[in-house]
Amino acid sequence: MLRVSTLALCLGLASPAVASEIWVTNEKDDTISVIDIDTLEVVRTIPTGERPRGITFNSDRSRVYICASDSNAVQVMDPETGEILHDLPSGADPEQFVLSPDDRYLWIANEDDAVTTVVDVETRKVVAQINVGIEPEGMAVSPDGKTVITTSETTNMAHWIDTETRSIRANTLVDARPRHAEFIKDGAELWVSAEIGGTISVFDTSNQSEITKIRFDIQGVHPDLIQPVGFELTPDQKTAFVALGPSNHVAVVNAETYEVEDYLLVGRRVWHMAFSPDHSQLFTTNGVSGDVTVIDVAARKAVKSIKVGRFPWGAATR
Amino acid sequence: MALTGSAPMRGGILGSVAMVAGLLAGAAQAQDVKVQVTYLRVEEPPAVVLSNLDPIPEDRGIKGAQLGLADNATTGQFMGHAYALDVVSLPPGGDAAAEAARLGEAGQLVLTDMGLGDQLSVADLPGLAQALIFNVSAEDGVLRNDQCRANLLHTASELRMRTDALMQVLLAKRWTKAALIEGEGPENAALAEAYRASATKFGIKIVSTAAWSEAGDLRRNAAQEVPLLTQGFKDHHVVLVADAADDFARYIEHNTWVPRPVIGSTGLRALTWDRVVEQWGAAQLQSRFLALAGRDMGPRDFAAWVAMRVIGEAVTRTGSADPQMIRDYVLSPEFELAAFLGRPVSFRTWNGQLRQPIPVVNARAVVGVAPLDGFEHARNPLDSLGTDAPESTCTEFETALKKGN
Repeated sequence: MLRVSTLALCLGLASPAVASEIWVTNEKDDTISVIDIDTLEVVRTIPTGERPRGITFNSDRSRVYICASDSNAVQVMDPETGEILHDLPSGADPEQFVLSPDDRYLWIANEDDAVTTVVDVETRKVVAQINVGIEPEGMAVSPDGKTVITTSETTNMAHWIDTETRSIRANTLVDARPRHAEFIKDGAELWVSAEIGGTISVFDTSNQSEITKIRFDIQGVHPDLIQPVGFELTPDQKTAFVALGPSNHVAVVNAETYEVEDYLLVGRRVWHMAFSPDHSQLFTTNGVSGDVTVIDVAARKAVKSIKVGRFPWGAATR
Repeated sequence: MALTGSAPMRGGILGSVAMVAGLLAGAAQAQDVKVQVTYLRVEEPPAVVLSNLDPIPEDRGIKGAQLGLADNATTGQFMGHAYALDVVSLPPGGDAAAEAARLGEAGQLVLTDMGLGDQLSVADLPGLAQALIFNVSAEDGVLRNDQCRANLLHTASELRMRTDALMQVLLAKRWTKAALIEGEGPENAALAEAYRASATKFGIKIVSTAAWSEAGDLRRNAAQEVPLLTQGFKDHHVVLVADAADDFARYIEHNTWVPRPVIGSTGLRALTWDRVVEQWGAAQLQSRFLALAGRDMGPRDFAAWVAMRVIGEAVTRTGSADPQMIRDYVLSPEFELAAFLGRPVSFRTWNGQLRQPIPVVNARAVVGVAPLDGFEHARNPLDSLGTDAPESTCTEFETALKKGN
């Protein structure tokens, strides 16, 4: 996922020739669907390696990185041409990753190997591998670039990795099956979603202590099916949108009070999401229904559904 | 931390659990906890079956426990918790109770892979009264009812959970008329009885029944014998086969008088785990297992893996390897475990049975996972499978919990 600060920076630099787009990885199609934000239509479908999941752009949008999980590679693509320029050595089964704020290092969760791999995208070499818990998945980097988080799904931890020493500085337990992590509020807080636990744990990053736990409750949906996965915050950091998996809803959370304010019905098994560059629209990937829901952020309403490939998973803004 | 939530704490023991867990928040501290688990097995005599195509792996169950050990150890390295697993395998007829008694201190966390009688004789040992035992093999309903034991939890399914799951799928498809073929012997009689009870529960009608007698070599003459056996069946949607030992069922399929799906012991089956389960991250568990064992993960492997993970999760959250602490925690509302089946698994507080979704599968794919949408339940839809609280005749658990208070 893109961090807001990077995004804001990019807006100023954005090339006027390119219309804004949402790039969606289709896990079971081995493709990317490119959605034009103006027309809300799929304008390009680009082949990738096997089982594309995590996706992220570099700061100037000249490169897009794709976790091709079953190809055991991170693919580097030219977004203009859709051409894969080269593969990066990623370790086995890369699922998610995060790009360091200086665009130099990719921190990759290797789901099958219980390691986090650090790849130098310039030399294309693995510079470190760090042992983490079973099934690492969620990846986040602090705005100052000093801390990277890996969450491990079966170990149920957030591992706090010092990016200088490339070693684990702290481990914090979260609820069952953590999937996604984000530093928010300029890095003051870390949020970690737990899919099976049904919560988001909020940590104070200064001492890794837990501030609170956000819980969800949708009328008529059994709690077991309310499974928080991806989430994104508005640029003012006041509102979070949280994908709730097979409950087919996105929660709207007040990030100051940690109260849930609304639940929006979207497609089936909602995974991840990305904002339009002006943050007026939010695009959610719905794995089972094979579509993307467009949410009007101000109105807090789903306004459109866009058919994409099979099992859309990741989303990134270009 | 998981334990600081709003759910009511149960007595003093859990109060201290919360305190220990609180200490673990923030940077994990070395706790120096040692967790010794024993996998105690009484081998089953080789089953005499018509086909040798699907041999039972010699390390069935054990590999699941070993994978669970590896998973726990990975978490443990961040917590200062060390896990060890001993495997003790006795030949058929071996004295499980004597062996369990010999284990002493090392035998307070035990996975038992053995039949009903041995399960009970181990659980009833005075030296194991404060132990925590996980039944990973025996599906007998009686262990979840009249013969339940306070120190015996079940990560193996109750047979009725699987037959209920199968009937739920039939009902969802409106395949409501079944013809039953029942093999010989007590195991098949028990399976047929479970089918009947589950059929009644979900409104599936068993319209005809045929007894299978072991005559001839079906590998050669199924095409002659099975049509005759099934010719007299009243109008039915499916042919339900009770063949607990996987002996003859494979020869029924595609040999029936009228073309009907064959289900139960072949074709469409309700299993706690199978290689075709791949959703909800299951593919990751499958590939970890395959790398460790060199074969696919089966139900007993899954039961053993879950038992190990239950222990690991409890030790991680409580910081204690004490069997009673683990028992209290895993029976509390705080406990839930991610087990790659789409919903968290937990334990029934009335009989110690693991509640889990049950995949209903064919040879190539998952057909449905019970509980299916629409099968609601006052407490938890998973409790629509197997012995539910109101019908359970188990009293050991209520008693134990009351004592705990």
